[in-house]
Amino acid sequence: MSYMDYVRTFKLPHSWCPGCGIGTIMQAMVRAFDALKWKREDIAFITGIGCSGRMSTYVNANTMHTTHGRPLAFATGVKLARPEKHVVVVSGDGDALAIGGNHFIHAARRNIDIKLIIINNSVYGMTGGQVSPTTPQMFRTQTTPYGNIEPNFDVVKLAIAAGATFVARESVTRPRNLAKLIERSFQHKGFSVVEAISNCHINLGRRNKLKDQITMLRWINDRIIPMNVAKRKDPEEIKDKIILGVFHEDKERKEYTELYEELIQRAGGKK
Amino acid sequence: MKKVVMPGNETVAHAAIAAGCRFYAGYPITPSSELAAEMSKLLPRVGGKFIQMEDEIASMAAAIGASVAGMKSMTATSGPGFSLKQEHIGLACMMEVPVVIVNVMRGGPSTGLPTHPAQGDVMQARWGTHGDHPIIVLAPAFPTEIYMETIRAFNLAERYRNPVILLLDEILAHTYEVVEVPEEDEITLEERKLPPSGLDRLDFYTYERHEGDPPLLPNFFQGYNFHFESLAHDEMGFPTTDPEKVAYLSHLREAKIEKHKEKIWKNESYLVEDAELVVFAYGSVARAAKEAIDRLRAEGEKVGLFRPITLWPFPDKPLKRAVGKKKVLVAEMNLGQMVYEVERVLRRDVATLLKADGTPISPVEFTEKLREEL
Repeated sequence: MSYMDYVRTFKLPHSWCPGCGIGTIMQAMVRAFDALKWKREDIAFITGIGCSGRMSTYVNANTMHTTHGRPLAFATGVKLARPEKHVVVVSGDGDALAIGGNHFIHAARRNIDIKLIIINNSVYGMTGGQVSPTTPQMFRTQTTPYGNIEPNFDVVKLAIAAGATFVARESVTRPRNLAKLIERSFQHKGFSVVEAISNCHINLGRRNKLKDQITMLRWINDRIIPMNVAKRKDPEEIKDKIILGVFHEDKERKEYTELYEELIQRAGGKK
Repeated sequence: MKKVVMPGNETVAHAAIAAGCRFYAGYPITPSSELAAEMSKLLPRVGGKFIQMEDEIASMAAAIGASVAGMKSMTATSGPGFSLKQEHIGLACMMEVPVVIVNVMRGGPSTGLPTHPAQGDVMQARWGTHGDHPIIVLAPAFPTEIYMETIRAFNLAERYRNPVILLLDEILAHTYEVVEVPEEDEITLEERKLPPSGLDRLDFYTYERHEGDPPLLPNFFQGYNFHFESLAHDEMGFPTTDPEKVAYLSHLREAKIEKHKEKIWKNESYLVEDAELVVFAYGSVARAAKEAIDRLRAEGEKVGLFRPITLWPFPDKPLKRAVGKKKVLVAEMNLGQMVYEVERVLRRDVATLLKADGTPISPVEFTEKLREEL
């Protein structure tokens, strides 16, 4: 087996723009599948709508391309029906945090064993580049022609506050680290969130003087800082930086479907 | 058969379990909440799963997710929640996933009359989700019928791989009545047809089939790495915008219901044969109609009832056969919805008895109205 066995190669070429970070994230994810030797038949891979949503077409597993913002709700049904299987969701920043924000916080609260990767490119790419909950302030988008006045969500803080038991952040500019981090999140039992910082030079960059992938990836690379490095810095010095690493890992809290099996036992139901 | 006293909401729950339903996702809403409560009690006892989701949309999604993973699955709601579920009902039509949706109708629009009955969702049940789609809608009227139609809803969903909507109203959902609960061997259950397991790969195009058949799709984890797609898709289930392919599957989705509507239709003709005036009514309204018809018959008046149990696909042929050229009165707890369908099928105007103020149409009102029309 190689990581390419988790790809529906007959569906290539993919529909993403040249230089898009989604391809990098997809490769990091299928490398994690391969590293863990997960059987394709045991993986449910579910996506929502948007550029990220198209990934379910290309991943060779049990896949479902659902509605905007709701892949976690579908995944919850799949996981409850077959708790022994691997359930993975990829969702964009608009998908997971705007229209799907409710499902995100409640999946985290339940601590259901779903592995969520949020592709955060700070914009609605597929629809032409509208402001998203993670668009930096004062950035121009199709729907913020005078600059974005809204503050953006911190995915990591939101996930931890909502109850996710594994929360981490990586960047597409560090693909090997990203693959390793995703692999680690997949080994966690409980609701895990990996925020993958990505680039949309086409629909966000071009409106903000970051119009090609190299410029935009450099811009991301200049803003990121690994957690171990950040720890040694003066907080004032890194206040505008995006910290990468594992922010939260709780191995004690019981996972939802395990608790459900206990509930069935209590109710006297046969397994 | 044993007799049990319970309200409609509980009847649906018990019938769902008997039908093999092992997954329920829902959200509290009056007047359907007792159905969820009953399922939360019953499902774990049979090893099934109940989950109260964060909203109506999520509960529809979770029910579909569980169905894709192989479970007979359902959700229940009322008016506002039914509106919220529409997008995912369309997804289940598009992906051809079996699922049962119960809508206990209450007064609308908007928050409306949460504790009062209505029949204002009959057109939404047919056309609520966007785009052309096939749908089956059942509207039982009597306690034992609620039980049997719930089982039929699951059977039809599995047979045709399509959402099936079961419509109750506040009266049916909350009235404690005697239900004749059949024994296990008195009911027939249908299981979804799956491709054989253990093949290297599926050697056919999954969405391709004879006109009128449901597609032969594998469940998740059956071993075939199948793709379920909400976009218009081709015969393999992958997105396409090719007009020929889009039209092909859209036609097949419609055909699987259209070709079998004779088998899906179910209706009751009560004292119709010699009737001069036939009432068209469904759900709880039909019960008041029956009462009024009995009273008028005792006085020698020739009135009858045509009661569709399958609302959609609309029973056009049975209706035409039953009423012929007889005078017709359509009664419903809304400002006129099914009446347009009746008029379309009969190609003439009919009389109406309509009410949408949160109160049921009483047998007395019926009797008076029928006397006027006779």
